[in-house]
Amino acid sequence: MSLMTWIDERFPATKVWNEHLAQYYAPKNFNFWYFFGSLAMLVLVNQIVTGIWLAMSYKPDATLAFASVEYIMRDVNWGWLIRYLHSTGASAFFIVIYLHMFRGLMYGSYRKPRELLWIIGMIIYVAMMATAFFGYLLPWGQMSYWGAQVIVNLFSAIPVIGDDLSVWIRGDYVISDATLNRFFAFHFLLPFILAALVFIHIVALHKVGSNNPDGIEIKKGPKGNRWSDTAPADGIPFHPYYSVKDIAGVVGFLIIFLGIVFFLPDMGGYFLEAPNFEPANPLKTPEHIAPVWYFTPFYAMLRAVPSFAGTQVWGVLVMGASIVVLFFLPWLDRSPVKSIRYKGPISKAMIVMFVVVFVILGYLGMQPSTPGRTLLAQVCTILYFLFFLGMPIYSKIDKTKPVPERVTK
Amino acid sequence: MKKLIAILSLALLPLVGFANEGHHLESANVDLTDHAAMQRGAKYFVNYCQGCHSLKYVRYELFENFGLTKEQILNNLMFSEGKIGDLITTSMPEGASADWFGKTPPDLTLEARLKHGHADWIYTYLKSFYVDESRPFGVNNVVFPNVGMPHVLMELQGVQEAVIEKDEHGNEHVKELKLVKPGRLSPEEYDQLARDLTTFLTYVAEPMKQERQHLGIWVMLFLLVFFVVSVMLKKEYWKDVH
Repeated sequence: MSLMTWIDERFPATKVWNEHLAQYYAPKNFNFWYFFGSLAMLVLVNQIVTGIWLAMSYKPDATLAFASVEYIMRDVNWGWLIRYLHSTGASAFFIVIYLHMFRGLMYGSYRKPRELLWIIGMIIYVAMMATAFFGYLLPWGQMSYWGAQVIVNLFSAIPVIGDDLSVWIRGDYVISDATLNRFFAFHFLLPFILAALVFIHIVALHKVGSNNPDGIEIKKGPKGNRWSDTAPADGIPFHPYYSVKDIAGVVGFLIIFLGIVFFLPDMGGYFLEAPNFEPANPLKTPEHIAPVWYFTPFYAMLRAVPSFAGTQVWGVLVMGASIVVLFFLPWLDRSPVKSIRYKGPISKAMIVMFVVVFVILGYLGMQPSTPGRTLLAQVCTILYFLFFLGMPIYSKIDKTKPVPERVTK
Repeated sequence: MKKLIAILSLALLPLVGFANEGHHLESANVDLTDHAAMQRGAKYFVNYCQGCHSLKYVRYELFENFGLTKEQILNNLMFSEGKIGDLITTSMPEGASADWFGKTPPDLTLEARLKHGHADWIYTYLKSFYVDESRPFGVNNVVFPNVGMPHVLMELQGVQEAVIEKDEHGNEHVKELKLVKPGRLSPEEYDQLARDLTTFLTYVAEPMKQERQHLGIWVMLFLLVFFVVSVMLKKEYWKDVH
C-alpha cells in the first residue's frame, strides 16, 4: 500500500488536490486581469511572514516603538529588508486588491451566482483596511500618530455616543500607549482572520466556478474536453495550466515589487511618508495630515461633505456609504450581460468615469483642502455615487451586444 | 479592452506632475561613495553639532563603514569614555535645552529623510544664516524662518547680511545673502564643509542604502532570467490548450 493511499484513507488529500487544483476547471480565456487574485494571496503571505519577523524585534510601547523600528532598520540582520518588504507590501496589497476588484467590476464577476463570493471579498477588503489602519500606528511616527488621531476622531462625530465611543476605542482621551498596545494586538490578529476569509472566498469561488472576460457560464455550455468527458468544454484544469501561468505572473509582479523595495522603498513619500521619520509628538500637530494613499479617495469624500445641522457626522456617513454601496453591487447591475465587452456605451463611459473620479479623489485626499479642491471633491463624490446608484437605470436601458455561445480568445 | 486602458491613461494624464512649491534650494550633490567627505562630516558633526544634537539610533561603529578604524573613532571622535557599540548621544540635558532654545534640539539621525529631497534642504540651511538682531541669538535663516538655533558655524563661514527686497504687496523678502565679514574659511571651503556634513547626515539616515541598491541589481538580474524561463514554461504547457 502506498503512502498516499494510507493518507487518503484517513485524510482526503488527493480528493482536495483534484477538486481544487488538478480537476478544477477554469475558463481557458483568462487574461492579464486574472493574475491579481493569486498575487493578493502572495502579498498576504509576505505580510504575515515579514510581519511575524518584525514583531520579534518591535516593541509596542510608546516610549520604545519608534526606536525599535530604527533598531530593526540598523541593527537586526536583514531587518531593513524585512521592514521594506512589509511597508512596500502594504501598499502593494492595496494596489493588487484594487485591480482585483476592478476586474470583477469590468467582467460582472459579482453577478448571479457569485453575489456571495463578491460579498465575502468585500468583507476581506474591509478587514484589510482595518489591518492597515492598525498597522500604520505602530511605527509611532508623527503621521502614524496624527493619522490615527484624525480617524479615531471620526467616531466622535457620531451624535450622543460619539465621544464615549472614541475614548473606548483609544482606551484614553488621546492616542497613547494604551492605544498603541491594542492596535498592535489587533494588527497581529487580523491577518489570520484575513487568511481564514480568503479560504472561505476560495471555497465560494470553487462552488460557483470562475467567471471570465466574456462573462459566460462555462458550466452551462457544452461538456467534454481532452481531460474529462463531463467537464465544461471551455474549461482547463487549474493545475498545471493556471499554476504555471501564475508563476510567470508572480515573477512579473516581483520585478516591480522588489524593484520598489530595493530602489525606491519610500516611493517618493507615498509608501513611507516623510513626516513619519519624526517620532510621534502629541504636542506638535503637523501642518498637513493626510492618510496613506490607499485611504485618500475615501478621506477626500469625508472632507467634501460640509457640516450640517450642527454636526459633522454627514461626512462620516458618506464615507461609510461609499464602502457599503459596494456590497450591494450584485443587485444594482441590471444589465442582461455580465462583461463590459458586451455592454453598451453608457456602461463603458460610466466605468471610465468611475476610475477617473476614484483617482482624482485619491489625489485630492492627499492635498490640503482649498475651496476649489473641495468643490472638485464634491463633484467627484456625487459622480462616485452616481456610478452605483444610477446603475439600476443605466445598466438596464443601455444597448448590449450579443454574447457568444463559447468563450472567445 | 486596450482602448479602455488607453482612454483611462489619457484621462489621468493631467494628474501627473505637479510642481513643487517652496524656497529655492541649492543642490547638495551628495555622493555616498565619497568616504573622505563622510569622514570629514563625522568630524564636523562631533565638533560642532553633537553638543546639542544626538544621533541616538546610530552606533559609533557605523563610522567603520566609511573607512575609519576602531582606534581612530575611539581616540578622535568619542569625547567621553565609552564603547565602539555605544549610541551617539548628546550631553545636552533635554529639559534644560527646551528652556534655552525654545525647544529641544532634535535628534538628527533621520533628518535627511524628513522631507523629500531633504539633503538639499540641509545643505542650503547650513549656508543660509544671516544677521537678525530681533532674534534671541542674533541670527535668522532663510529656509527655516525664526529658527531657534544659533549659527554655530559663524566663526567658520563669517557673517552674512540679508539684502531685503519688497514685492508689489509691500511684503519683505530676502533677495540674497551677502558676506560682510569673512570667517576662517573661504566661501568655497565653507560650501565643502556644508556638503560634507550633508553627505554624512544623508548616510546615517539610511546607512543600508548602497547595500540595498547593490543587492537589488542581483535580485533584478535573477528575476529577469527567471521571468524568461517562467514564460517559456507557460508557453510549453499551454501548447495543449490552443
